[in-house]
Amino acid sequence: MADLSVNVAGVHFNSPLIAASGTFGFGHEYSEFFKLSELGGISCKGITLKKRLGNPPPRIAETPSGIINAVGLQNPGVDHFIEKDLPWLKEQGTVIIANIAGNTSEEYAMMADKLSETDVDMIELNISCPNVKSGGVQFGTSCESVGAITGLVRKHCTKPLVVKLSPNVTDIAEIAKSAEAAGADAISMINTLTGMRIDIETQRPIIRNNTGGLSGPAVFPVAVRMVWQVANAINIPIIGMGGISKWQDAVEMLMAGAAALQIGTCMFTDPYAPVKINAGISEYMDRKGIKSVSEITGSVSPW
Amino acid sequence: MKYDAQKFLVIKNEEIASGIFDMWVENRDISALAKPGQFAHILVPGKTLRRPISICDADKSCLRLVYQVKGEGTEILSKIKKGEKIDILAPLGRGFDIKKNKKYCFIGGGIGVPPMLYASKQTEKPVVITGFRNKDLVILQGDFRRDNCELYLTTDDGTLGRKAFVTDVLKEKLNEIDEVCACGPIPMLRAISQMCNENDIPCQISLEERMGCGIGACLVCACEVRRNDGTKDYVHVCKDGPVFDSKEVVF
Ligand SMILES: Cc1cc2nc3c(=O)[nH]c(=O)nc-3n(C[C@H](O)[C@H](O)[C@H](O)COP(=O)(O)OP(=O)(O)OC[C@H]3O[C@@H](n4cnc5c(N)ncnc54)[C@H](O)[C@@H]3O)c2cc1C
Ligand SMILES: Cc1cc2nc3c(=O)[nH]c(=O)nc-3n(C[C@H](O)[C@H](O)[C@H](O)COP(=O)(O)O)c2cc1C
Ligand code: FES
Repeated sequence: MADLSVNVAGVHFNSPLIAASGTFGFGHEYSEFFKLSELGGISCKGITLKKRLGNPPPRIAETPSGIINAVGLQNPGVDHFIEKDLPWLKEQGTVIIANIAGNTSEEYAMMADKLSETDVDMIELNISCPNVKSGGVQFGTSCESVGAITGLVRKHCTKPLVVKLSPNVTDIAEIAKSAEAAGADAISMINTLTGMRIDIETQRPIIRNNTGGLSGPAVFPVAVRMVWQVANAINIPIIGMGGISKWQDAVEMLMAGAAALQIGTCMFTDPYAPVKINAGISEYMDRKGIKSVSEITGSVSPW
Repeated sequence: MKYDAQKFLVIKNEEIASGIFDMWVENRDISALAKPGQFAHILVPGKTLRRPISICDADKSCLRLVYQVKGEGTEILSKIKKGEKIDILAPLGRGFDIKKNKKYCFIGGGIGVPPMLYASKQTEKPVVITGFRNKDLVILQGDFRRDNCELYLTTDDGTLGRKAFVTDVLKEKLNEIDEVCACGPIPMLRAISQMCNENDIPCQISLEERMGCGIGACLVCACEVRRNDGTKDYVHVCKDGPVFDSKEVVF
């Protein structure tokens, strides 16, 4: 069996597959299906400085080959995460990534301070959540603001720092360059694309927040294109995600330039997806005589 | 094992009333784990999201699922033939908490009737009240009708059974029962909860919400509750429910 391990920003992952933030909670529920060490890592549910209740329901709607969601960052707050969730997570034999979102730059800095004192393996800066009024995406949509928030958190963060980008921008490669210049160790992308569904009987949006974030197979080609563009623009590694649902997608995303991957929505369809995708990548590598996942990263030969 | 996603063999999938299907699926590993009020999350071929359907009945080898065709997913489900296999994640959620020596009243409205079948089978002499819009939607009467079950049938328009709402029957039974379990449309659940509250009768209700993972990881299936100290919180229908103490729920 091929060696699936990868290294991103000095952190060793047993597999390139990481559970995407917000789709996997803090790991307990999916540990009923497989050992969490099957995954290279877990990006935990987005946490904020204080507990957040999130948006009123409905928070999800189905779309052709995808879903839109507007959970609104419901989470128990950073202190609860550190005390109650992290100790168990750290025993699971997988890399633990804390995904943080703030209302203000100070909140991001305070969370980075607190998490730097823990044994979290990486911090993922969520500046791309489309579902909260303040916090998140307003930091993620201009090069200046991305540079400023990344630079500030960098000063407070002793852990490898991943900046998670929003696809809802004009030129994602420019944004990625700003994050790199401000000290990001890696980029993760893409967060959800904003979307909307309307119930034609009631004339109401299906989601109570009116709009939500699109994920799942529907966004896959957009994500591949964006990862490829960013890979051509920066020198730090990319954790690629958006619509991966089978091993072929995983290999394709690696080829576009991702060093590791996150998967989310596909587990709602099939909770065993990570196990199947790992097996598929491994067989592909054996068949092609590929020794290391890093050989696949960026191996596309564009016309 | 608490729950698992596995293949089930379809034993039967037949229309039992206008647009309502009765599906029996076989899998020995999972069926025996099912408790009343829990649900199954069904993978519909071609759809990203699974469909949550209550467990209507269960034995050592089979689950029974009774569902109404609403949109594309349940439409596809209704076309699945006996002998085919489907992927089901079950049993999920917290079901009804049923004590041995209490007198229960089980109330189902419309497509909320199916989960009351397995629940009512757990007790000795249950009162069961079933309500439907009209005679074409009436289901499961023969299944409830057994020894010691006091069964009531109401329709909104009186085309079958008594022309009444389920709460009209409940009112007459209040002084005979210790606890109520109910599932159905929100206005019905609200009326039942209010009546139980006023009469100091505990009431468990089963709720619906749109779901993603079905197991408590994605937090999309939020339900607003009022905590004892008066503060608002969101819990999750798939893991904390679908059955809740009616006093907690903010309608
Ligand atoms: C815990 C629980 C138990 C249920 N038990 C039953 C049952 O025993 N029998 C039955 O007929 N129905 C039941 N339902 C409702 C059933 O899940 C929906 O009618 C069904 O999902 C509709 O799918 P669709 O593809 O036909 O409709 P669409 O409208 O095409 O579905 C689109 C999306 O919205 C979701 N959705 C639409 N309506 C509902 C709803 N009312 N509740 C939750 N999600 C919804 C679907 O799951 C899907 O993800 C239950 C729902 C829940 C939450
Ligand atoms: C229900 C849900 C909740 C999410 N919550 C978060 C979150 O808290 N923080 C975050 O950075 N991304 C969040 N995301 C985005 C995912 O991490 C991921 O970027 C996106 O879903 C694309 O990947 P996928 O198509 O494999 O799901 C969420 C996605 C979903 C579906
Ligand atoms: S459906 Fe994912 S938490 Fe309930």
